[in-house]
Amino acid sequence: MTTATKAPGISVRGVGKSYSGVSVLRDVDLGIAPGEVHGLVGENGAGKSTLLKILGGVVRADHGTLTFDGEQVTFARPRDAIAQGVSLISQEGALVPALTVLENVFLGRWTQTAGVRRAAHDRKRFDELIELTGFQVDPRSRVDLLPTGVQQQVEILRSLARGARVLAMDEPTAVLSEHEKDNLIALIRRLADGGTTILLVSHFLDEVLGVADRITVLRDGALVATEDAATQTPRSLVRQMVGREIDMLYSTPDPVPDDAPTVLSARGLRRGPVQGVDLDVRAGEILGLGGLVGSGRSETLRLLFGADHATAGTVQVDGATLTRLSPRRAMAAGIAFVPESRKEQGLVMARSVSENVALSSLPRRRTGPVVRRTAERTAVDTVSRLVDIRAAAKDAPIETLSGGNQQKALFAKWLLCSPRILLVDEPTRGVDIAAKSHIHHLITELARDGMAVVCVSSEIDELLALSHRVLVLRHGRPVGEFPRGTAKEVVIAAAFGDEGEPT
Amino acid sequence: MTVDAATPAEPSTQSPHPATGSTGSRRAIRIRDYGILVALIAIVIALSVSTDTFLTRSNLINLLDQCTVVGLLAAGATVCILSGVFDLTSSATLAVSAIVGVEIMRLTNVPVGFGAAVAAGAVLGFVTGMIVVRSGINSFIATLATSIIYRGVAVVVTAGAIVYPLETQTENFGALTWPSVFGLTSATVMFVAVVVAIGLLISTTTFGRRVYAVGGNLEAARLSGIRVGSVHVAAYVISGVCSALAGLILASRAGSGQSTMATGAELTAIAAAVIGGTSILGGEGAIWRGVVGAFLLTLIGNGFNLLGWDTIYQQVLQGCLILFAVTTDRWLRRRSR
Repeated sequence: MTTATKAPGISVRGVGKSYSGVSVLRDVDLGIAPGEVHGLVGENGAGKSTLLKILGGVVRADHGTLTFDGEQVTFARPRDAIAQGVSLISQEGALVPALTVLENVFLGRWTQTAGVRRAAHDRKRFDELIELTGFQVDPRSRVDLLPTGVQQQVEILRSLARGARVLAMDEPTAVLSEHEKDNLIALIRRLADGGTTILLVSHFLDEVLGVADRITVLRDGALVATEDAATQTPRSLVRQMVGREIDMLYSTPDPVPDDAPTVLSARGLRRGPVQGVDLDVRAGEILGLGGLVGSGRSETLRLLFGADHATAGTVQVDGATLTRLSPRRAMAAGIAFVPESRKEQGLVMARSVSENVALSSLPRRRTGPVVRRTAERTAVDTVSRLVDIRAAAKDAPIETLSGGNQQKALFAKWLLCSPRILLVDEPTRGVDIAAKSHIHHLITELARDGMAVVCVSSEIDELLALSHRVLVLRHGRPVGEFPRGTAKEVVIAAAFGDEGEPT
Repeated sequence: MTVDAATPAEPSTQSPHPATGSTGSRRAIRIRDYGILVALIAIVIALSVSTDTFLTRSNLINLLDQCTVVGLLAAGATVCILSGVFDLTSSATLAVSAIVGVEIMRLTNVPVGFGAAVAAGAVLGFVTGMIVVRSGINSFIATLATSIIYRGVAVVVTAGAIVYPLETQTENFGALTWPSVFGLTSATVMFVAVVVAIGLLISTTTFGRRVYAVGGNLEAARLSGIRVGSVHVAAYVISGVCSALAGLILASRAGSGQSTMATGAELTAIAAAVIGGTSILGGEGAIWRGVVGAFLLTLIGNGFNLLGWDTIYQQVLQGCLILFAVTTDRWLRRRSR
């Protein structure tokens, strides 16, 4: 049905792209065999996403050629790529929020008679796709009400419905829970066996190594190597990506001193998916919050910061209850919050790096109503060096920075407030390996200096390595607390509870 | 801060991108940033060359005076748009403030009347802001409804008639049309002073930073501890004061106020802001841009007069200009991404 035609052999020759004079992709040559799973790895800013976007027709290459089965093709817009069977599944997602799953899957290609949609016919094709993929999605749900993982499945379904022969996926597992990841990896394998070509961009090297046939490494916009996955190890890949050896070990936090006081506690927090959370964090302690997507981890952090108002329960700092909690009051009590999404909740993308970093501590550097610019520049420079933000210019819009540098800027912004309690949600999502190791180091250093940290992460390895204790939530309630060194399987089992073991 | 030890990775000598071509990107930014000024200068030169009358003292004084009303409204509109909201009440606020000013003047004297008009503008702006923030309705709709109410209030207060100051006050009521420094009208001097003050407020103060942050990303601003509602209310208050001042200029010129004053000017003000290059999505732009936009629109009208062109085409050209400005902005933006 959907993959009736064979996938093409793709050849990329001398492709380059620059944005306002800065080249992000330089003379890249790449061959992709039909039906292969081809991994693309590299640090943020290495040009992986740009390459993917060129193949998807979203971005036009400045020079170089694309050939499909020996014939040269020109992708001026996404529909040209779609016509060649290339479907791009991007990080952001491209669904129409207010439409149903079924409507999105067949978006613009609904079966119709004289302009009237024939949903029953679409429904039948939908069921065939479900059978192929093994997804469990209700075609009648509105997509904006679905969890991110399921939304991504809808995008994959849509690609298949359009007869995609080449699926280009940008960080598809970044937003998924462990269980969903495993499902996706299995599906990628199944689709490739059925003849679909898969291009996979991912920061998770184990994943890429596990599923890809061949892996291409990019560094600073140039191709480093394309090799069989079987000949590579995580270590060899990192060496190629970074151009040098790097210590991939997680930073280890110091033990919490016995006399460290409890700084932050919550009792019976409730709202929406959060169904009564108790927690205590001591000075210098890193508490990990784990659980499946939708278990109420992020929501708990938001309640602690007053970003949402709890319908019940209390938050205490140094034993004093914070009443009518709001972000302002939380900040006054010394709480900082690095939210889950940089783009939606963290940064003002069009404004400069320094303005963003200075934003939450503006009142600290003013004369009357006027911002003290010199003091601000000094403060921003100091804290930027501390967290190692690599930006060409501090007055450039922050959206021009790589994900890792944007994330560091978010940390910098809160460090300028000198907080005593740090709440971080997915501190290393969409961040390259060097930045990730740096952020881990930063968090453990902050804890060493006495900060109380609550960290949410979907990566259980990260959570177990970084935290002193991991509190696992299920259905908005704590279901278990595990010390450092607990086996990953035990934590995952707790997250899933009785509803089945992960496979 | 006690995090001095946290520098684990290598020194930050590596820049994320090679430095090649950064001058090219900087040039693109320049054009994008100041393209509107280039357009303005081009029109000024064209008019200077093609007419004898443009570069005369009286015409320039007249031109600046004509620019004051739209310029003030555009400055107010820009503050609102920067913070991510629209103010469609500005022309209705203008009318109500001017009428309130005249009515109070009749009971007291001219300065108190002027003060009352400004106070009325601030109060109306505050009310508009509270309505937008508290109702949570999209600002475009909320201020559209509010503007209809304000217009209605203006009709009720005046019973649809023209309101005049007392006979003894008529002369002083025209004070804003009097010549002042460099022969500029008092209205022009006031306009320049107000616009400079608002420009400084937006570009140098913590309030200005908050305005940009709230307009650029409301949720990020909120999670940074900014009271986004207060910022929006303050933006409406500023816009209200600008409207009241514009209303005083119009009333001072006419020697009277009425409920139909400046109908539709709120859209001209938004147009001026956009022509200047302020993003309609909020968070990007500047006060001077709104003023330049207003000046450009006034200049076109002036040019039509001086060149003896039929003014019935004026609106067609203005509309084209708006489309051109926004398209160019969009194009430059996309290229620089």
